[in-house]
Amino acid sequence: MTAVPNLPSAEPYLRQWTERRAGLPGGGLAWLAHQRETGIERFRAKGVPTPRTEAWKYTNLRALERIAFQPPAANEAALAFVSPSALPSVLPDGAAAVRLVFVDGRLHAGLSRTEGLPAGVRLLGLADALAREPGLVEGRLGRIASDLVEPLVGLNSALAEDGLVLLVDDGVAVAAPIEVVHLSATGDRAVAYHPRSLIAVGKGALVTLVEHHLGIAVGPAAGATFANHVTEIEVGAGATFHHYKVQREGQGAFHVARTLVRIAADGHYDNFALTSGARISRNEIHARLDGTGVMCRLNGAYLIGGNQHADTTTFIDHASPECGSREVYKGAIDGDARAVFQGKILVRRGAQKTDGYQINNALLLSDAAEIDSKPELEIYADDVKCSHGATVGELDAAQLFYLRARGLPLEQARALLIGAFLHEAVDEVQHEAVRDAFHAMLDGWLAAREASA
Amino acid sequence: MIEIRNLHANVDGKPILKGIDLTIGAGEVHAIMGPNGSGKSTLSYVLAGREGYEVTEGSVTFDGKDVLAMEPEERAAAGLFLAFQYPVEIPGVANTTFLKAALNAQRKQRGQQELDAMEFLKLIRAKTRKLGMSDDMLKRAVNVGFSGGEKKRNEVLQMAVLEPRFAVLDETDSGLDIDALKIVADGVNALRGPERSMLVITHYQRLLQYIVPDKVHVLAFGRIQRTGGKELAEELEAKGYAEFGVAEAAA
Repeated sequence: MTAVPNLPSAEPYLRQWTERRAGLPGGGLAWLAHQRETGIERFRAKGVPTPRTEAWKYTNLRALERIAFQPPAANEAALAFVSPSALPSVLPDGAAAVRLVFVDGRLHAGLSRTEGLPAGVRLLGLADALAREPGLVEGRLGRIASDLVEPLVGLNSALAEDGLVLLVDDGVAVAAPIEVVHLSATGDRAVAYHPRSLIAVGKGALVTLVEHHLGIAVGPAAGATFANHVTEIEVGAGATFHHYKVQREGQGAFHVARTLVRIAADGHYDNFALTSGARISRNEIHARLDGTGVMCRLNGAYLIGGNQHADTTTFIDHASPECGSREVYKGAIDGDARAVFQGKILVRRGAQKTDGYQINNALLLSDAAEIDSKPELEIYADDVKCSHGATVGELDAAQLFYLRARGLPLEQARALLIGAFLHEAVDEVQHEAVRDAFHAMLDGWLAAREASA
Repeated sequence: MIEIRNLHANVDGKPILKGIDLTIGAGEVHAIMGPNGSGKSTLSYVLAGREGYEVTEGSVTFDGKDVLAMEPEERAAAGLFLAFQYPVEIPGVANTTFLKAALNAQRKQRGQQELDAMEFLKLIRAKTRKLGMSDDMLKRAVNVGFSGGEKKRNEVLQMAVLEPRFAVLDETDSGLDIDALKIVADGVNALRGPERSMLVITHYQRLLQYIVPDKVHVLAFGRIQRTGGKELAEELEAKGYAEFGVAEAAA
């Protein structure tokens, strides 16, 4: 047997693995050690994905390969100046009383608040869970992710240190949205981290989670960051999970996030991603509809420019009959930016009465802006209703002139039309307070964009 | 107030306006009548500053300022208003949002204080009531799902809110039944005043029974062929445009 040499793109991470494996959280847990081993082998076999892989055809991570990322340092000193009240929230004051804050992937207790959760809800960091109550996550962690054989998911399984654990017991309704803040503290080092989150929403339970991904510069040199997220979600029978995300990381950030969801009968999953950040981002969601009567909604809006690259990849697996899915993604692309939409809907044999809808609309704001759109339907049942569509367009000249003829300066007219286009997607957010907050956040982005034009 | 001198304009390289001369004084309402293809709408778009309408010769001055050197939004802020023949639909933008943005953008350009939400609401309510429009039309997206009459009324509402000093009404009568026409005309008449001039562009004499002009001009082949009083409109109604070499019935 000859040893296969490691791929160059895998080398730095494999070195980290060798150096750090003994010190990773949950070190004494055999089941976890096994998952980590499996993960690193999956990563070793393929390395960082390249466009030669079908799933990564349109998103090239070569820029990421060139950077020598290191594990995060202890963040206390770097963050001494960040006070909890100074940390921005997606939601208006008081709407998210409960929030967990992760800095470079590690839970920051000083910035987090967990008081006021109802009985039957556990909210903690994965590192804490592994250290003190591993029984909370054993048998659950990795249950969904192990089915996805993919190198960066493997790398996450191997190197995960911390992440969000949210467990909601059967029948428990959590009224106020919970916010999880993922802060990239960019200093002079290039830092990579691999948050692993686990969410289980019990039968008939109801909960709303808002993820807020952002970067802050600490010190004069803003280094690159690589956030490699994996989130596993189980939505119980008849449960409702509102799951929202704002991604506005800095221009030196690489953001790769996999959200893996399984939804039991009559469960309702509502996902929305509002994106304006990162140099390269990939928001990838896999949802399996695992019982009748499921409703799965994956939606999003993005506004990118400069050299940004934003990839939305979704896979909806209609594994059961009488389920619905809806996808509405809208994006505005400026400068030399590029967007990718890959949306696959699989309707398995027997998944009769499936009702699937998918639309992807892109607005190109410059001559150099680009979108690659790849909708895909794969249907093995005969009694289904599935439709998909994609449009690419520019701002309408007649609308622009009408607005200008009424006195709106060109940039304001453009901002109003871009806003109208994107707000329509934000309307898909089912949770009213979050919807309002996202509309307001989008308006803020547009106003900033207009001011800098 | 507005002076158009020897105005020539091309569309797609083709000459459409071939030397228009027109002076409208403060408080005057002029009508331009003409057959299809005579250049009526081209004149309105040239005045408002639409892209693709290339002025090759001549001048337009408004209160002594060179209109042709101004961006469309600057013309609007200076007090020029075009009521569109085909008002544009803007999905996703509520009519009130649009009106408030337009009014405040103009006020800002003029160095005036912008209106806050309460002040604007008060203003818009008063104007809407005067035009017999429903609150519902304010909440809906700009012109989306509006009937022809509603769209034209919405143009008049915008005019009432923006209070321009010179308004061009481009075939505001087209597509309206007689009741809608009366409502629109009443709205326009309510805005007549010693400091506001208007140019009413129409194919038919009917509108001019309700908005009675001080002067009527006949436009054909890119030039003003004849100018007279309001009786000229009635004459055209009876005789058509044949006198101007156009083989077409007037109505």
